[in-house]
Amino acid sequence: MTAPCHAPGVAPPTVAGRPQLVLAGNPNVGKTTLFNALTGSSAKVSNYPGITVEITRGELALPGGRLADLHDLPGTYSTNARSAEEQIALDALVGLDGAATPDAVIVCVDATQVARAAYLLLQIQELGARCVVALTMVDEAKAAAPDARALAAVLGCEVVAVTARTRVGLDDLRAAIDRVLRSERRATWHWQPGAELRPRLDAVRAAMPESWGSAMRYGAALPAADDALALWALTCIEPRTGGPDDDELAVPEAVRAAVIAEPAPRDDEAVLARWTWLDREIPPLVSRPPDRSRTERIDRVLLHRVAGFASFIGVMTVLFMSLFWWAAPVMDAIDQLFKWCGAQLEAVLGAGVFTDFLVQGVIGGVGAVMVFLPQILLLFLFLGFLEDCGYLARVAYLMDRIMRSMNLHGRAFVPMLSGFACAVPAIMATRTMERRRDRILTMMVVPLMTCSARLPVYTLVIGALIPGSRWIQGLLMVGMYLFSVVTALIAAWVMSKTVKPLKAKRLPFVIELPPYRFPRLGGVLRMMWGKSSMFLREAGTVILACSIALWALLYFPHHMPPGARDYDALVAEAPSDQAKAELTAEKQAIQLENSYGGRLGHAIEPAIRPLGFDWKIGIGIIGAFAAREVFVSTLGIVYAVGSDADAGSAPLRAALHDAKDDAGKRSYTPLVGLSLMIFFALACQCMSTLAVIRRETASLRWPLFLFTYMTVLAWIVSFCVYQGGRLLGF
Amino acid sequence: MASLAEIPLGRVVTVRAVDGPRAFRRRLLEMGLVPGTAVKVVTVAPLGDPLRIHVRGGQWSIRRAEAAQIQVELK
Repeated sequence: MTAPCHAPGVAPPTVAGRPQLVLAGNPNVGKTTLFNALTGSSAKVSNYPGITVEITRGELALPGGRLADLHDLPGTYSTNARSAEEQIALDALVGLDGAATPDAVIVCVDATQVARAAYLLLQIQELGARCVVALTMVDEAKAAAPDARALAAVLGCEVVAVTARTRVGLDDLRAAIDRVLRSERRATWHWQPGAELRPRLDAVRAAMPESWGSAMRYGAALPAADDALALWALTCIEPRTGGPDDDELAVPEAVRAAVIAEPAPRDDEAVLARWTWLDREIPPLVSRPPDRSRTERIDRVLLHRVAGFASFIGVMTVLFMSLFWWAAPVMDAIDQLFKWCGAQLEAVLGAGVFTDFLVQGVIGGVGAVMVFLPQILLLFLFLGFLEDCGYLARVAYLMDRIMRSMNLHGRAFVPMLSGFACAVPAIMATRTMERRRDRILTMMVVPLMTCSARLPVYTLVIGALIPGSRWIQGLLMVGMYLFSVVTALIAAWVMSKTVKPLKAKRLPFVIELPPYRFPRLGGVLRMMWGKSSMFLREAGTVILACSIALWALLYFPHHMPPGARDYDALVAEAPSDQAKAELTAEKQAIQLENSYGGRLGHAIEPAIRPLGFDWKIGIGIIGAFAAREVFVSTLGIVYAVGSDADAGSAPLRAALHDAKDDAGKRSYTPLVGLSLMIFFALACQCMSTLAVIRRETASLRWPLFLFTYMTVLAWIVSFCVYQGGRLLGF
Repeated sequence: MASLAEIPLGRVVTVRAVDGPRAFRRRLLEMGLVPGTAVKVVTVAPLGDPLRIHVRGGQWSIRRAEAAQIQVELK
């Protein structure tokens, strides 16, 4: 299966006539904080269609009340693209591929890392952008911060020292942007291409389409800016080797051909020339290195061989427990609230199809969406704090050895751990990885982790079908957890070797370990709310629609099959409440079996028979698509012990244990129980997971791929377990 | 000459050259690991890999196999 690495990007809508501004900078330089401070509450997060790159846009007020659109770019160290994410940054910086040409670029320069941040600035200046430097982290650099005026003189553009937290310098920055917008556009090169590079730039420039030219994008011919784009093409385009480490860049064929025609590239010249310039000009402005002793002291503990691992396990335990235990009461409360609402509505409206639709379909569906919120909020609260204070990068450092042996990113650890609670927030947490390939590979294996919705299923099956002491049953439960971890890791490894877009890239895994900083609650809460509302808006609506569809499948045609007893009359005449309840449950069971979903359960029986399952489990599997734990209540209805049966329900356990097939033999042997648990461990029985992957990857391919591979895997392994077990005489 | 993966912890060394595939080299060079830059390997991760290095006032994590591509000179 393949997926386009880069679909043509369509920039989010912009307001005509407003100046378009772009905020660029390295990661971990306080860019997001500055963005929030500049745009206030107007920020909107949206996705580029087709690719998993978020773009945040907000309004910025210029002096005189004029409004400008400000786009926040992904943090990057260079404009040279090797991935779809990095190309987004370039497209937005120079106005390629449908993106609006920015009128000015605000470049965040970290006062503690001036040279490295200025490297990006040089590239942006070469491309012909009007630049304003926002000098951030001045409070952290203290005396090590360079003088803004001196820096401005060297860099050749306005430099404003800002402290977003205290809002110092924001008005100066706005004024500087306003001045720059009125200034002339020029491409500033702080170095000159040598005799070898010059003709190659000319050759590529000649092949560039008109839409790439500065005359088209800027409205004025800037030969140096065109040179910069030609240099970008020379640097970033590889001859098509078909190698797996290349994300294909969206580049016109003519340009690609011109680059390939050039002699074997040695592209050090530009990089070295920029660094030579920086190493000459910047050090005199920085009197001393910033004080990093606090970070070093903390790292000596948190990255220590023993203490570091112990604290890592501690942090991860708290994170996991909070998802698993702290969220549970709130989730129960949400569940109860929606049940209560449904009951109230039922009391007002009276019985009927429309009532059932509203209560079971709509309110039940909204409840199914809302129940994810506590875990999403909690997980992003944790992630926000860990990311902000700098620990998340250390997680990648500590776990890299293990994760990379399965070709996973070190940062995939947190999403995979969260997967033990629920795949939905865990999949959303893959956002903390920068690269699409790492994110998608993680998304493809997180649903294999034993999520909390599988627990009721395992509890029921173990309790009803697996003989033996509590110890053996407990060990089996532990075994299911281990099984899920092992399969997830193996699946990651296999997919990274076989599925083309997921193949491991040979890019350096060099990650910055930023200095420890105090997290800002405002920023964390803002992100938490942003993620949650996006989940409700985009994944929630899909989950709601699927819930209603699934409800209809298991509800209609909602009449008794011909020849059935008249249960309504029987219930009316029933001598006792208990008899009434039994008759009602029996009626529900018949209605369910007669529903379209019930008939589907019968229809798939031949497919699941080799796994040891009958049609009743088939209906349960279909019902479980709403959420795995629904399997339990669906079986409760099928076995006429009532729809409120839970995993500990004695009548349901007895019903499963004593169920007989047509030949009078026991339907569910312990072997069937094992096969069923394996099936639930591996099958993608969760529409919410699929909905959230669809939203996160902005494509249907990945959820379809996930569903197919997990279902096929589940079938094959269950088949082997059941048939193998029978051959062995179980 | 030795590679960054071989030098003792805590020693400050100077980058001489960066080897490896084109995109890989460029990425490291752009991060400032150009010839002449001082680098220090601070610690090794608890599981033996990656390394934690200090470059230009910043702190990075780099895998052993990647550090082996960086030729350095002991001062």
